[in-house]
Amino acid sequence: MSAPVRLRDPARRRGPAGRREIPGTGALRQTGQLMTLAATTVRDTFRRPFQVRELIEQFWFVASVTILPAALVSIPFGAVIALQVGSLTQQLGAQSFTGGASVLAVIQQASPLIVALLIAGAGGSAICADLGSRKIREELDAMEVMGVSPVQRLVVPRVLATMLVAVLLNGLVSVVGTAGGYFFNVVIQHGTPGAYLSSFSSLAQLPDLYISEIKALVFGFIAGIVAAYRGLNPRGGPKGVGDAVNQSVVITFLLLFVVNVVITAIYLQLVPQKGA
Amino acid sequence: MGIEVTVEGLTKSFGKQTVWQDVTLTLPPGEVSVMLGPSGTGKTVFLKSLIGLLKPERGRVLVDGVDMVGGSERDIYRTRKLFGLMFQDGALFGSMNLFDNIAFPLREHTRKKESEIRRVVMERMDMVGLLGSEAKLPGEISGGMRKRAGLARALVLDPQIILCDEPDSGLDPVRTSYISQLLIDLNAQIDATMLIVTHNLDIAATVPDNMGMLFRRELVAFGPREVLLTSDIPVVRQFLSGRREGPIGMAEEKDEATLAAEQLAGTATAPPPPTRLVPQLEPSPGLPPRQAVQRRRARVLGMWDQLPAAARTAAQTGLSPVQGEPA
Repeated sequence: MSAPVRLRDPARRRGPAGRREIPGTGALRQTGQLMTLAATTVRDTFRRPFQVRELIEQFWFVASVTILPAALVSIPFGAVIALQVGSLTQQLGAQSFTGGASVLAVIQQASPLIVALLIAGAGGSAICADLGSRKIREELDAMEVMGVSPVQRLVVPRVLATMLVAVLLNGLVSVVGTAGGYFFNVVIQHGTPGAYLSSFSSLAQLPDLYISEIKALVFGFIAGIVAAYRGLNPRGGPKGVGDAVNQSVVITFLLLFVVNVVITAIYLQLVPQKGA
Repeated sequence: MGIEVTVEGLTKSFGKQTVWQDVTLTLPPGEVSVMLGPSGTGKTVFLKSLIGLLKPERGRVLVDGVDMVGGSERDIYRTRKLFGLMFQDGALFGSMNLFDNIAFPLREHTRKKESEIRRVVMERMDMVGLLGSEAKLPGEISGGMRKRAGLARALVLDPQIILCDEPDSGLDPVRTSYISQLLIDLNAQIDATMLIVTHNLDIAATVPDNMGMLFRRELVAFGPREVLLTSDIPVVRQFLSGRREGPIGMAEEKDEATLAAEQLAGTATAPPPPTRLVPQLEPSPGLPPRQAVQRRRARVLGMWDQLPAAARTAAQTGLSPVQGEPA
C-alpha cells in the first residue's frame, strides 16, 4: 500500500543530480507513470469511502455527451459495412453470408471503436480539461493537503464512469449498427431478410458479443486513465491544459488501435470460430 | 499543544537549479514562526516541502515521528490531517460554494451530522468574518475573501500545525492587521504551531515568536524574533529596513561590482538595528493568554548565553513578566 502517483515534481524529468539523460528515457518514464496511475486507480477503487455521488454525476455527464453522437455515427457505419460486405459477397457469390459477415464486423470491431473514440473525444477531453484546470489552480494540491487523495476522490469515479458508459453504449451501438446494416441490405440492396438473419447464427456466436463488451470495457478504461493522466500533469499554465487535452485524445486514439489489434489477435487464436 | 516540526538538512532543486540547500531548523511546538525572504527564494517551495507536496532531494522533515519527505505515502496522508495550509490565493474548489468548500474536510474525514457540520463551519466563517457569504462561489468574491475562506477551511479540522502562505498578499494594510491579529488570536485559542511565509514587514515585526530568512539558496538565520530584528547581518538588515542598498538586487542578488560601488558611495550601510522593538501582538481581550509565551520564555532563557548582546537587551524588555502591559 504505497506511493500514489507522484508525478507533479518537475525535477523528476531529469535524472538525479540533473544529468542529461539518454534519449528515449522520457517516453519510458511517461509510460511508467501512466501505468502507475492505472495501478493506483485500480487499487483505490476498492478503498473506502467510495465516491458514489461523484460516480453518478460523471456517469451521467459522460453518457449525456456521447449517446446521441454514438447513435448517429453508428447508423451510417453499419450501413457502409453492410454495403461493402454485400457488394463483396455478391462478387464472390456468397450473398447468403452477408448478414453474418457484416454483423461480425459491426459487433466485434466497429462498435467498440466507435464507442471508445466518442468517449475519448467527448468525455475524455472534458475530464482532462477539468482535472488540468483544477491542477493549475492548486485545487488538487489543496485536496492532498487535506489528506484526500485526488486519485481516489476524482480519478476513480471518472474512470469507472467511462468504463460503465463504454459497456452500455457498446450495446446500443451494436443494436443500432446491426439494424442499420439490415435496413440497407434488405431495403436498399434487395437482400433476402431470411438469409440475412439465418446467416447470423451460422457465422456469429455468443463469444463474439462477449469480446465486444470486453473490448468496450478496456477501451473505456484506457480513455479514462489517459485523460486523467494528462489532466493531472499539465505543463505550466492554461496553455499547458489545452495541450494536455489535445495529447490525451491523440494518445488514447493511438493506444486504442494498438490494443484492439492485440485483443482481436488473442481472441481469434483462443476462441474457435463458428464457421471454421 | 501544537506539534514540533523538525527540518534536517533539507535540499531542494528543480533540475540544475538549487532552490535552497541544507536547511535545518525546528519550529518550536505551539509557537508562531515567520519565514522571510525576497521574492523567488523558495519560501512557498519550503512550505510545500514541509507538508510533503514537493519532495526535496535530501534531508528530513519530522512531524510526529513521520518523515514527510521519505516516509510511506500512507503515513504522510495520515499526518497531513494534522496540518492546515492556507494557500496564497485560497485554492478553493471552484465548483463548490464557500460553505461546501469549508465543510469539505469535515465531510471527508469525520462522521459528523450535517447539523454539527453546519455549526462548525458557521463558527469558522464567523471567525474570519465571512458570515452571510456561504452561498457564494469562489469566482464571485474578492481575493481577500478567498484568502479568508481558505484560512477558514484550513481551520475546520482543528489542526495542530498551521501553515500560511503569504497571508497578506493582495490585502490592504488594514485587513493585513486584522489577519495578523486573527493569527495571534488563533494561536491563543488552539495553541497550534504556526509558520507564516511572508515578506510583509508589519507581520514580521509584530506577529512571530521566531523568525527565519531564506536568501541565496540557504537559510541565513533562524531564531527568536529578537535575534533577527536586532541582527546586523547585511541581508537581514537590508530586508527589514526595505532599502535598495545591500546584497539583495532587483533580479536576484547584486554582483560584486555594484556592491563595491555602494561601499564607496558610503550608502552600503543600512541604518543600525533598532534598540527598542515594536511589541509583539497580544491576543484580543477576553481570550486566554498564549501558552506559547511561557514556553518560549523558558526556551530563550535556556539559550541566553548564545544570544548576541543586542538580542539580549531587546529580549530583556520582551521577556519581563509584565509583557504587553502599557509601560
